Amino acid sequence: MVTGTSVLGIKYKDGIMMAADTLASYGSLARFRDVQRIVPVGEHTLLGASGEMSDFAYIQEQLDKLLVADHLAADGHTAGPHFIWQYLSRLMYARRSRVNPLWNSLIVGGFRDGKRFLGFVDLQGTTYEASTIATGFGAYLGQPLLRKAVEGKEDTLTKEEAHKLLVDTLRVLYYRDARSLDKIQIATADASGVSVSEPFKLDSDWSFGADIRGYGAL
Amino acid sequence: MKAPRATSTGTTIVGCIYDGGLVLGADTRATEGPIVADKNCEKIHYLAPNMYCCGAGTAADTEFTTALISSNLELHRLSTGRDARVVTAMTMLKQMLFKYQGHIGAALVLGGYDVNGPQLYTIAPHGSTDKLPYVTMGSGSMAAMAIFESRWKKGMTREQAVELVKDAIESGVFNDLGSGSNVDVCVITKSKVDYLRNYRKPNEREPKEQSYKFKRGTTAVLTTEITSLVDIETEPSNAGASEGRA
Amino acid sequence: MLSAAGPTHAGPVRIPMEHGFSPYTDNGGTTLAIAGDDYVIVAGDTRQSEGYSINTRYCPKVFKLDNNCVLATGGMAADGQNLVRRLKQSIEQYHHVHAKTMSPSALAQLLSVVLYGKRHFPYFVWNTLGGLDADGSGWVYSYDPVGNVEKRKWACAGSAGHLIMPFLDAKIGHHHQSQIDAKTEGKPGSVPFDTAMKYTKDAFTSATERDIYTGDLLEIFVIRKSGVTVEQIPLKRD
Repeated sequence: MVTGTSVLGIKYKDGIMMAADTLASYGSLARFRDVQRIVPVGEHTLLGASGEMSDFAYIQEQLDKLLVADHLAADGHTAGPHFIWQYLSRLMYARRSRVNPLWNSLIVGGFRDGKRFLGFVDLQGTTYEASTIATGFGAYLGQPLLRKAVEGKEDTLTKEEAHKLLVDTLRVLYYRDARSLDKIQIATADASGVSVSEPFKLDSDWSFGADIRGYGAL
Repeated sequence: MKAPRATSTGTTIVGCIYDGGLVLGADTRATEGPIVADKNCEKIHYLAPNMYCCGAGTAADTEFTTALISSNLELHRLSTGRDARVVTAMTMLKQMLFKYQGHIGAALVLGGYDVNGPQLYTIAPHGSTDKLPYVTMGSGSMAAMAIFESRWKKGMTREQAVELVKDAIESGVFNDLGSGSNVDVCVITKSKVDYLRNYRKPNEREPKEQSYKFKRGTTAVLTTEITSLVDIETEPSNAGASEGRA
Repeated sequence: MLSAAGPTHAGPVRIPMEHGFSPYTDNGGTTLAIAGDDYVIVAGDTRQSEGYSINTRYCPKVFKLDNNCVLATGGMAADGQNLVRRLKQSIEQYHHVHAKTMSPSALAQLLSVVLYGKRHFPYFVWNTLGGLDADGSGWVYSYDPVGNVEKRKWACAGSAGHLIMPFLDAKIGHHHQSQIDAKTEGKPGSVPFDTAMKYTKDAFTSATERDIYTGDLLEIFVIRKSGVTVEQIPLKRD
């Protein structure tokens, strides 16, 4: 089983920003180091996944079919962020009810018709919306930082501030999550559409280590 | 039958060294499963005049472990005529916890100031220790560590360290359900300790909508029966007599 | 028996899961309902949690249904939400088929049947349904996860249900009490509206003090003949 770790998502002034590293682990082995875990779905939606990466691939296939069906119907309807979140919640809940779950925690983020959307779905069909969401280890280490910076400031936080917040939070995760990587991607959904950045390296500082002497009496 | 469940301090406790001293911090919520057992308990325990110790885990274990080691440190001081060192306390704690193989559920953050300056340790229930410039423990340890990892820097002032510790505890208080209520802080410097009990109170309860004091007589009196428990005997009146009475 | 030829039947091959998967989770939260002579209060907090973590500070678990009824769900949020979806569909279909609105008592019976329909894979939900009778008086139906139902004047459920229940029994049921002020406290099971609102708020602020899964925001629905109104009150967030 190949798994991905945390995904982060926040609301900011102009839309939604999401972030994740590019590692897919095989147990404790850092197996694949260049896996994209945040993908665009249609023109207005981003999907981020932690958990089983082949289940994530299957989910993407299902969404592709959905988008193709939408396109062929040519009735003017296209799937938006809320629709895709709802669809995924039906899919995940149906699979958990057959006791054959898709082993993922998903974040759906998007921007359409001037409205932001940020929602969560997991393998048990649990869903919720919030102005900050973090999956996996990020729920413990990342979420407190995101909440402190975003709660009450959803409409004032700038794109630059949002970007810095996500980079800083992923750095904390890189320091403390043993299944994480310093290679990350940041994705945005705003009025101009969705985009996922090329992977880039996090800078980190391990100089504090030089001053540490042992762990006890020495 | 299930074993009785001990009160645990599902907790956020932290420590942080700065130039010239160190700061310990703790929330004040004690829990029994999902229930808040104490809304304002003290988790920063006294060990010695120059040492304090935050406790997470089983409340009784942290209480008795720190009390026992504190007692032994006092004897150690009287025996040697010197202030005990922080490593000594750390070694006593880890050897005791290791002896009990994790059955004493105490997870500790030990801080003190001695001839070697400010020192900070964590001691896990099985007896392993860490010696680091900033540490966290308890169910809110990750929420608190997130604050340290994003904002700690070398060579902070006392004020900066207290602010950072306060924010780390509040991070646990608002994001971890095992932690809550108030922030306790303890600043230890050379020959001085400032125990700032309830340094912050970000969760004060608003007044209730009404009083729930029952009116006198709410519980109905169904029957009344008065039984005299004392026999009253009147002495024959031989006035002026002052003999001893039984 | 395994055969060398492999599976001969059509369809996907079932592989047993190597991980212990539980289809259930507890998302915490508390619900309460008080019925009066011409109203029903149905309330719930909006915290959704898992373990020691808060998923979100705002996820409603009290839902207005299309027939002037309000349903409060506690336990597993996903089951609760999907149960509400099914009920809303049934209420709408009933409307189309019978050209009338489903009565609260019919809905109460339907909910029981729907819950019992999943007797061997239950919805992990403790429901409280509020609605007005034909004569306009308020009633509360409370359920266990497999459809046992009881018609009452007050109810509470969820993570702090056991903390609130004796409070309601004392203040609304007036158990073992004399000298009740009828004007402010009403008759047993018939509390004046303003008093019931005070009880609701105090029950939740008190539950927030002592139950780690209750907090963030209180959402109070009030059912009257004229319709349903909602009020939101902040709760402590620790």
